[in-house]
Amino acid sequence: MYGPLWRMLPGPWQVKALLLLVLVVGVVAVCFLWLFPAIAPHIPFNGNSIQTGLQLHGYSTAAA
Amino acid sequence: MRGLRWGVRALGEVVITLGMLLLLFVAWQLWWTDVTANRAQASTIQALEKGFGPPGRPERRAAGPPATLRKVPLGQAFAIVRIPRFGADYARPVLEGTDRDTLIKGMGHYSGTAFPGQVGNFALAGHRTTYGRPLNNIDLLQKGDVIVVETKASYVVYTVDRHVIVTPDKVAVIAPVPQRPGAKPTQAWLTMTACHPKFSAQYRYIVFAKLVKNIARASGLPSSFMAVPAGAAG
Repeated sequence: MYGPLWRMLPGPWQVKALLLLVLVVGVVAVCFLWLFPAIAPHIPFNGNSIQTGLQLHGYSTAAA
Repeated sequence: MRGLRWGVRALGEVVITLGMLLLLFVAWQLWWTDVTANRAQASTIQALEKGFGPPGRPERRAAGPPATLRKVPLGQAFAIVRIPRFGADYARPVLEGTDRDTLIKGMGHYSGTAFPGQVGNFALAGHRTTYGRPLNNIDLLQKGDVIVVETKASYVVYTVDRHVIVTPDKVAVIAPVPQRPGAKPTQAWLTMTACHPKFSAQYRYIVFAKLVKNIARASGLPSSFMAVPAGAAG
């Protein structure tokens, strides 16, 4: 997985390392700006599963 | 044999990658959501202050009691909460409603509860951790601490009366008379609810505060109310 990726990157190792860094930054950016905000409401461990507005459901104060 | 070794290595790399993604998610939740929410909430405060207009001055006394709000559309910001115990600069927007998307943008007003200064219970929810954590230090509030709710019409000053820690199903904390569902309100209360303990949604930390003064905006807010109490975390 990472071996073939390293071999696919062009140039000497310095260039490969730089390209890899750019790739990592890109992946982190996609996660932070798009992926994580999208999946956060469905992750159970921050209590959002019982998130509610009192007037909407009437059984719990807001999980905040 | 070669295939097996390749398979084990590939599996290992996949598991390591998933572990890294999980750590990255935790970093996003605990750190990045604060960064973005703080920025967004600060700009909401600026927009509200602009909409409210410049603060008044004590010598210009307004005639009659200040008007109170009647209805605000869901999701709309309509007030600023200032709590000197949390620091002189502490200011958070209040938006109508308490759903997930609203609480990311500031404190949420439980729809159907009283508005600032009204008889009844002006009830707010706010995040204890993550998303700007407006009520991170709710457990530091002490009896007598000032909470100022600023609206277009007035500065509504409450002081902390008491706190309770309850399970989430105890919705009577936001009843018109806090903790006495069905009772007819004669006083104006402010209730703030946040998760407890930190990083858990198991309980709610509830603070009740009582109305002290409803000051028309034109009269300005006496600076004594904004004095940071001794020993405040800041």
